[in-house]
Amino acid sequence: MYSGPSIYCFVVIITVFQPLRFLLPWKEGATDRKRMASEEESAVKEPLDLIRLSLDERIYVKLRSDRELRGKLHAYDQHLNMILGDVEEIVTTVEIDDETYEEIVRATRRMVPFLFVRGDGVILVSPPLRTA
Amino acid sequence: MVIFFFPFPPFRLFFSYFKDLVGREVTVELKNDLAIRGTLHSVDQYLNIKLENTRVVDQDKHPHMLSVRNCFIRGSVVRYVQLPPDGVDIELLHDATRREARGG
Repeated sequence: MYSGPSIYCFVVIITVFQPLRFLLPWKEGATDRKRMASEEESAVKEPLDLIRLSLDERIYVKLRSDRELRGKLHAYDQHLNMILGDVEEIVTTVEIDDETYEEIVRATRRMVPFLFVRGDGVILVSPPLRTA
Repeated sequence: MVIFFFPFPPFRLFFSYFKDLVGREVTVELKNDLAIRGTLHSVDQYLNIKLENTRVVDQDKHPHMLSVRNCFIRGSVVRYVQLPPDGVDIELLHDATRREARGG
């Protein structure tokens, strides 16, 4: 009779390699399926795919509290947590002069070499606006 | 330098990244504008952060934590984390992000 451990091996091998079946072109049309699968990977199906196209490119990020970032996108996830490199942060504040009651718009700039941004503060992501 | 990143349950990309950054100096900027510099001690799946040897960046503006040396920061109050530029291989980050984005 088969000993205990060898049955175990069978079960483990079957369950572990089950997902790899698609790699084996046993049936006709399997290579076509593989090609379609790799094409789908680069297809833009949902908004996050659009961001994927900007990986390793400079982007513009609008954040809450009137903040903006311009930097190179290195990583992101579905929460829009991001890692940006060579980032310029622009904070816009509006001050009201006590006497003249005029609004003073002030933009404070800051450079950070490598920054993790938490996704819950992100409003939008876009290729950089050509203003500079 | 760093070998990591096979977050098989998906959506663990930044958790893995921060786990590899443990021991490095980072500056955490909170949503209330408080900036804390310290050594990353640990992180969890919610990206809660434990920092050691902490000092507040702008001591005069935020005198609350002059005597605090270790702290636990809830992940949801973090706005930024300023990271060491030589923290991790950027190509590795890109590859892991492509994998992650596809799966999610």
